Amino acid sequence: MTFQVSTDTSHPDGSFPIWQNCCYDGMTMALHIIVCIKSTPSSTNLGIDPATGLPKTAGVPLTINPFDEFALEEAVRLKERVPGSTTTALTVGPESASEVLREAIARGIDSGVIVTGPEFDGSDAFAASLALSAAIKKIHADKPVHLVVFGKNTSDVGAGVVGTQTGAWLDWPSVSAVKKIDAIDEQSVTVLRMMEDGVDTLKLALPACVCTVKEINEPRLPSLKGKMASKKAVFAKWTATDLGLQPQQVGTSGSGTKLLKATLPPPRPGGLRIDGGSPAEKAAKLVDILVERKLI
Amino acid sequence: MANGILVIIAAQRGALSASSYELLGAGRQLADALKQPLLAAVIGANAKALAPDIAGRGVEKVFAVGHPGLENFVEEAYAKAAAAAAGKCDPSRIVLPSTVAGRALAARLSVVLKSGLTTDVSEILPDGRVRRGFFSGNLIAEVEFKTPLGIISVSPMTFPRAEAAGPAAAIEDVSFDPGTSKTQFVSYQAEASREIDLGAAEKVVAGGFGLGGPDGFKLLYDLAHVLGAAVGASRRAVDSGWIAYRHQVGLTGRTVRPKLYIAVGISGQIQHLAGMSSSNTIVAINPDKDCPLMQMASIALQGEYADVLPKITEEIKRRKGAVAAAA
Repeated sequence: MTFQVSTDTSHPDGSFPIWQNCCYDGMTMALHIIVCIKSTPSSTNLGIDPATGLPKTAGVPLTINPFDEFALEEAVRLKERVPGSTTTALTVGPESASEVLREAIARGIDSGVIVTGPEFDGSDAFAASLALSAAIKKIHADKPVHLVVFGKNTSDVGAGVVGTQTGAWLDWPSVSAVKKIDAIDEQSVTVLRMMEDGVDTLKLALPACVCTVKEINEPRLPSLKGKMASKKAVFAKWTATDLGLQPQQVGTSGSGTKLLKATLPPPRPGGLRIDGGSPAEKAAKLVDILVERKLI
Repeated sequence: MANGILVIIAAQRGALSASSYELLGAGRQLADALKQPLLAAVIGANAKALAPDIAGRGVEKVFAVGHPGLENFVEEAYAKAAAAAAGKCDPSRIVLPSTVAGRALAARLSVVLKSGLTTDVSEILPDGRVRRGFFSGNLIAEVEFKTPLGIISVSPMTFPRAEAAGPAAAIEDVSFDPGTSKTQFVSYQAEASREIDLGAAEKVVAGGFGLGGPDGFKLLYDLAHVLGAAVGASRRAVDSGWIAYRHQVGLTGRTVRPKLYIAVGISGQIQHLAGMSSSNTIVAINPDKDCPLMQMASIALQGEYADVLPKITEEIKRRKGAVAAAA
């Protein structure tokens, strides 16, 4: 069996060897896939807490980071593509973040792990990725991991770097902006990466970290069976000590940056209005203004 | 002690990118704020050939990290090359672009060099702290570094481009061995059409659900062509299959910051605004004068796109013709 959608993988100038697909005819193969997800505020329309000068998140319901739905879907699809595979959802956050693990189970993920404890409060991407990498190491020691899948970024901070940083902590290869997982077996994954000027094809030795973009799939809604399973699911819960980390390596003290304060963006007052006259008159008026402002 | 601002220019596919000079502009601001020298590193297969261009733009020194294995962007190899350049000068800040490659390189490098990272920086404050948007651009964060080295990736089209000025700085070749890589670059497929890249465009014409279908986008493309603009789109237009995802502007797509952004038939959901609200001049064309984009636009033209777009295209063509005739 080959899990490959055909593409020409030869390099035009011949400088790279033509990659032969690994075939697994008559052999069993199964993957272990981890999906890293985050519990984020369900609204991004937040005020500023006058006491701290930071975003006012108290009382805002938490939900799964919308970009992580694509990562979960991709893991479930890989499991469907490679029967016998297992999937694990992993999150770092407060205990209430275990709700996003339930969401993952409802969407077809097999099990979940939450890394939690007051020592993780205030982690930036640098500290959070260290915690994730330590948890992945622990999972990997128990049952070898092939692929770790991430969403594009989070809806709160939205730096889009945690997946790559996690790969770096693990010293595993990483790739971002993945729009398609083309071929995968237990040794390697071939992905299409969406660049500003086109599409790259890369082949990564496994285990590896892959960060997705929304073009990769269309997430399905949780199934009834999944929802039932999610209600009964029990999750492993790990602290920094369980991961062999010192408390000062994570949270605020382990972070490389400090958020000093949040401010509102400068208001953008409405400007000129063009609403009278025929379409031709309106068009002429607009072009007049654009020429006057040297924009055309 | 860490000293110096190191701008890292990742020259993929053998060329400097549009953002290279902006990085030097951002680096200059940091160098002035922190009163430290500005340095640059060029990473790529032909780094040596590209370094002289950078050396003449107000930097004190350029490190050229060249190797055939750096023709295309591979995270570990580029991070190793960037770390080799940083090892030569022990900088207090590293500046990269917020592109796919720049962001990934910054992320990988932050772990390799054990340093804090702030992405999508839109402003550098006089004391060296930086600002970036978060929560879909609804809030602005002010960030400082806790580590001796801080890495920033800057938003495209935000900082002034460094001009060629003054004497050329010294260029130092940095030897670099990528070693065995766990990532193999297989191939590159360029965009089929020679369209202007959204992220580096000075003008963007974007269409939304109000365009009603692919035919509406034809009118939009006509306008984009006479303006020399890149074409953008809202999520709903992309999800409807009228235009490819790579054109999507907003939270789940690209962030743009052009001098002129013309939004046609886009109501202005917060997710879209997050990707374009920093544009210099925003023109909205919409029948609904009360929608968010019409409210926040620098110029709001109330009308149906099908009536107005062809007239605008025609008017610009007519005036360009008049200018050409006069000349």
